[in-house]
Amino acid sequence: MERPLTRNFRPDGPFDVKEYEKAGGYEALRKVLTGMSPKQVCDEVRASNLRGRGGAGFPTGAKWAFMPPANGEDRPRYLIVDADEMEPGTFKDRLLMEGDPHQLIEGIVIGGFAVQADVAYIFLRWEYKLAEKRLRKAIAEAYDSHYLGRNILGTDFNLELYLHVSAGRYICGEGSALVNSMEGKRAIPVARPPQQTESGLWGRPTLMNNVETMCNVPHIVKNGAAWFQGLSVCEDGGTKIYGVSGKVKRPGAWELPMGTPLREILEQHAGGMRDGVKFRGVLPGGASTEFFGEEHLDVSMCFDSLAQVGSRLGTGSLIVLDDRTCPVGMLHNLETFFARESCGWCTPCREGLPWIANILKDIEEGRGQPGDLEILEAHTRMLWIGRTYCALAPGAMEPLKSALRYFRDDFERHIRDKRCPWR
Amino acid sequence: MIVATIHIDNKPYEVQEGDNLLSACLSLGFDIPYFCWHPALHSVGSCRLCAVKNFRNEEDTRGHIVMSCMTAVCDGMRISVKDPEVLEFRASVIEWLMLHHPHDCPVCDEGGECHLQDMTVMTGHNYRRTRMRKRTFRNQELGPFIYHEMNRCIQCYRCVRFYRKYAGGRDLDVSGIHNHLYYGRFEDGTLESEFSGNLVEICPTGVFTDKTLRKHFTRKWDLQTAPSVCVHCGAGCNTIPGERYGKLRRILNRYNHEVNGYFLCDRGRFGYEFVNSDRRIRRAHLRPGTSDRSAELEPSSKEAVVASLEGILANGKRPIGIGSPRASLEANFALRSLVGPDRFYTGMPESESALVSLVLETLTCGPAVSVSLREVELCDAVLVLGEDVPNTSPRLALSLRQSVRRRSLKIADKHCIPLWNDRAVRKVSQEAKSPLFLATVAATRLDDISAATFNGTPDEIARLGYAVAHELDPAAPPVEGSTSEEHVLAACIAGALKAAERPLVVSGTGCGSEAVIIAAAQVAAALHRVGKTAGLSLCVPECNTLGVGLIGGGHLEAAFKEVTSGAADTVVILENDLFRRADAKLVAEFFKAATHVIAIDHLFNQTASHADLLLPAATFAEADGTFINAEGRAQRSYRVFPATDEIRESWRWLYELMQAAGKTDLPLWTTPDDVCRSIAESIDALKPLGQVAPPADFRVAGLKIPRQPHRYSGRTAMTAQVSVHEPAPARDADSALAFSMEGFHGHPPNALLDRYWAPGWNSVQALNKFQSEVGGPLRGGDPGIRVLEPAPDREATYPESVPEAFSPRAGERLIVPLYHVFGSEELSAVSPGIAERSPGPYLGLSPDDAESIGVDEGRNVRLTVADVVLVLPVRLIPSLPQGVTGLSVGLGDLPYVQVPAWGVVTRAKAGD
Ligand SMILES: Cc1cc2nc3c(=O)[nH]c(=O)nc-3n(C[C@H](O)[C@H](O)[C@H](O)COP(=O)(O)O)c2cc1C
Ligand code: SF4
Ligand code: SF4
Ligand code: SF4
Ligand code: FES
Repeated sequence: MERPLTRNFRPDGPFDVKEYEKAGGYEALRKVLTGMSPKQVCDEVRASNLRGRGGAGFPTGAKWAFMPPANGEDRPRYLIVDADEMEPGTFKDRLLMEGDPHQLIEGIVIGGFAVQADVAYIFLRWEYKLAEKRLRKAIAEAYDSHYLGRNILGTDFNLELYLHVSAGRYICGEGSALVNSMEGKRAIPVARPPQQTESGLWGRPTLMNNVETMCNVPHIVKNGAAWFQGLSVCEDGGTKIYGVSGKVKRPGAWELPMGTPLREILEQHAGGMRDGVKFRGVLPGGASTEFFGEEHLDVSMCFDSLAQVGSRLGTGSLIVLDDRTCPVGMLHNLETFFARESCGWCTPCREGLPWIANILKDIEEGRGQPGDLEILEAHTRMLWIGRTYCALAPGAMEPLKSALRYFRDDFERHIRDKRCPWR
Repeated sequence: MIVATIHIDNKPYEVQEGDNLLSACLSLGFDIPYFCWHPALHSVGSCRLCAVKNFRNEEDTRGHIVMSCMTAVCDGMRISVKDPEVLEFRASVIEWLMLHHPHDCPVCDEGGECHLQDMTVMTGHNYRRTRMRKRTFRNQELGPFIYHEMNRCIQCYRCVRFYRKYAGGRDLDVSGIHNHLYYGRFEDGTLESEFSGNLVEICPTGVFTDKTLRKHFTRKWDLQTAPSVCVHCGAGCNTIPGERYGKLRRILNRYNHEVNGYFLCDRGRFGYEFVNSDRRIRRAHLRPGTSDRSAELEPSSKEAVVASLEGILANGKRPIGIGSPRASLEANFALRSLVGPDRFYTGMPESESALVSLVLETLTCGPAVSVSLREVELCDAVLVLGEDVPNTSPRLALSLRQSVRRRSLKIADKHCIPLWNDRAVRKVSQEAKSPLFLATVAATRLDDISAATFNGTPDEIARLGYAVAHELDPAAPPVEGSTSEEHVLAACIAGALKAAERPLVVSGTGCGSEAVIIAAAQVAAALHRVGKTAGLSLCVPECNTLGVGLIGGGHLEAAFKEVTSGAADTVVILENDLFRRADAKLVAEFFKAATHVIAIDHLFNQTASHADLLLPAATFAEADGTFINAEGRAQRSYRVFPATDEIRESWRWLYELMQAAGKTDLPLWTTPDDVCRSIAESIDALKPLGQVAPPADFRVAGLKIPRQPHRYSGRTAMTAQVSVHEPAPARDADSALAFSMEGFHGHPPNALLDRYWAPGWNSVQALNKFQSEVGGPLRGGDPGIRVLEPAPDREATYPESVPEAFSPRAGERLIVPLYHVFGSEELSAVSPGIAERSPGPYLGLSPDDAESIGVDEGRNVRLTVADVVLVLPVRLIPSLPQGVTGLSVGLGDLPYVQVPAWGVVTRAKAGD
């Protein structure tokens, strides 16, 4: 099985530019700059069926095609890589940046060429100190080797790449809030329209993609769309980095064909549940996706099939709940996170989430009251798409909504017994 | 307009395609609750209260919730404003906002006029299920105008959007995140913006409230109100003052689509307290033994004063009258009638009279047309010549701030972003600004939004204007000897004005230069010649400067001469402190020469203390009056409460004097309407005056318009400590308004509209119900009529000569006037809050000049202009050109100095 994204990973640190080149690195970029038009690159990516790995699964080629054609006047154009990765349970982008920074840089330059960007930014989560160090080194090397800067590889293509370290907020991962924060404004989402491709950073055409999305690009260009499509076992192309956390035998992350069944990831790669604990449920795609129970374990982990069974692939990072962990406590933990990270712009999220967190705390600590679950349930409806300003709050409602369904008895028992049975 | 048909709860309505759905529904009369949206600030979609249900088509029965404020109307749209899911969601929004709200309505300053109360009732939410402790904040001390109570905040972002984005303020912002948002300053301190008072009306709850009202608090429904016009500058903003127990308590904005829209400046909002001042003249005064004025003025009876006047006016030489640009048309005209047109003086010094005549001539001769404040906001390139607008005509500055947004709106339109989608507009346009050029003597508070600024002497400013005119039209005279930078700037300004769809030239009397006003007229004329319709906005200093200008009369110096020459010995001074308008020595000589000085005014001032007879004049709050603002709009202002003591309208005093003087051909004046009729008959330009407002006998279904709301309380007990019998309400024979709760409580003609209230709408937002469409003109038309229109199709003519370039004089400096929004205007400066914000008198020097004189900030210097010597502290003003010195105007007890003028500045000597 091919693992293009992680094949260069070494336990003793990432490849430097020479080693990366030796392993075939920057060949894709050379191919692009010496023989392909921007449109050809876009077409290749479109044909590969690559879908965004940032959570929403938007077809990458289609997004690139939204960039208005470059007419030489509307400069600068921007490319931003969203590396804010603060979704609880998600750490795939960190691995990619720490493990093979040049792969990301090569993807950025190719993507930058495809959409004729002049300036690119990596918007990095503040806590990712090691990734920051490794990226800085790799960027400097790439500049020295003429993969970045003016006249890249002797062509007339120029691209400046900056690493921007975020001040640290979950909402900064949301594209429009990210742009606001880069512009020095409050990190608050801005409703579309305008699309970022039309009016993004500083009002300029801007392409934004996730780290993992961009890391796929060199391989698509180098090996072709058909090859990329062949890597997966479903409609969507490529491999996916699936991560698992929770009380499994081997928590971690693995690059697997897109569409690998959930059960295979949990049982083969993560080694199944730890001895003495039983599986109770799993958030399949990070903290803002809906719980799955036993009955869904055979689902194929790709965008469409997860949507069909009512959850989302999200970031493809599984969080496993076991029978020794209190689901109310887990939800309290998650909702406290979301309440804290609410940007404060819209009422339902800003005021609703802390209330939810407060009720969950009460229930967990034995102060739950009849009626609390109805309030929680009402919130899962009220903080839904269209009612809140952005997707943060609906995301926060996905685990809650499904938990109230799957673990209803546990919630009720807390309230009835006025204590947490796990304590 | 493209008409779209939409179905609201299955009934068809015609609305404008692309319009904002919330605003369209409100205009149709539907009650959709909202917080973050504001007709002047538009939509941002943050509070989520304005939810409605949108159905894809007739078959769609489930529909989905959308925010109406973020949705564009489109043909065929089907929505429900009362779907059960929508109602449930809106009630939830209120419940969320109430989780931390203190529910202190009974003691809240906002109570009874609170949009949050109204919206809570409208959504039906009443019981909160939370067990959380309430979040609390520390409040800030924000200065004399605004009281801060952060715990009441519902985080709608309106305040910061108004303060920062609309008004350009920088010292108020939101900090924090999630449910811990704080709206305030970085640290305690006075809010800097001169538009801070609007927060009181912008904030939908009681976070930012009127601190001046708080000091003499009255429940909002207990206020007696009337439609009024601000008397503190020439802009003529419409206001709603409120009174209780004979005390003026506060001022609210009165919407006039053409003039001030939703906003006032702080001078206008908080300057009212002079009405309550203990410096008010409340009784008639007499000076016993009139020859040397050694005796003090003594309170006397009205009858005694009038009787003694009888003698003076009948026996003395014919009196002269000195009117006032701060007195109403009625008062000025009554004085003119008393003394005769040839013996009536406008009360303005010669220099100002010349400027005002020039303004009137410019506005009546054309070709440029004076524009309203609303039209200013539509202008997409602006040149300001000479006027420090934020200090002389603050509300105009706020309109200029909106005018520079034209470019942003154009860009947004190109991107197909609806103009009400505020954040998207700002995003795609990156707040690109249309050009605003500022040529002023020193920096102004509009510099931050200007394309270019130029600081120079008044003549240099005029020369820049001439140069722009010449660039626009080579037939205009060229400017010799200008530098290449001046040339480039003029070309750049001309290019921008020419490229604009609606260019605007702003100028005025502020820098005291006729050349500047002529130059402004030249630019407008040149634009006209090249086929552009240019707007012109000329600032004048006082609420009725143009009114008294139109009545016409001699200037102050001529009046002085009339008396000192012995041609007249009796003088009647109307609402005018001459010491603020002429050299103290001249005024003193004048008083000495006059045998009888009769003064009619509101406050004890220097002129009053020189009077032999003093009559207490009603202020705007106690007198009806008509004023003409800088645009040339005549507006009627009504008294809010009946005058007490011996205070009366000036025109009534003067009418009585006419009778006392035994004048024979007296017109019959019983109401202000009668006076206006006389004015219209004798002054051509004021012919239309009769149409300014409905006549005194106007009634709706036989009813008068009550000044007291139907919620007015305590009427039967208000004076019970004096007598348990309820007194009959004061009668008002002067107008269609009544000092009463009884009468017509619907929508009267807008000139008589004295409050906004509609069922379920107790806050100022009830205004929606009175507009033809939300944010548009009042239903039935905005009050006021324009009396100055230029003759159509008049060709531009250019003067021959251009002022000389500035050449500094050895040992002398050009002294120019500097104004302050707080302090430079006479009456507002008496109000404690304004006084607190006013700087003391000072002399402004550029740092280089200060260094060459050898002084620092705060050190005293000695200024000699003509034979006036002043000792003043220095304020360093880096933008002042070298050799030019700024003299603060009207501040404190600074005596009058006529500027611009040449003067000498030296270090103060010991003992100064
Ligand atoms: C609250 C919130 C947080 C987000 N955080 C991230 C993030 O950390 N990294 C990321 O790539 N995308 C994040 N997204 C998704 C981005 O908005 C955007 O869809 C994505 O970066 C697009 O890239 P893609 O098309 O390559 O997936 C977040 C979205 C929301 C609503
Ligand atoms: S849902 Fe609203 S408050 Fe929450 S993060 Fe999005 S915009 Fe901010
Ligand atoms: S202070 Fe008032 S205007 Fe500002 S956010 Fe709070 S409620 Fe809204
Ligand atoms: S701008 Fe002038 S007229 Fe308007 S409120 Fe201020 S002082 Fe009054
Ligand atoms: S009024 Fe529409 S969201 Fe606030």
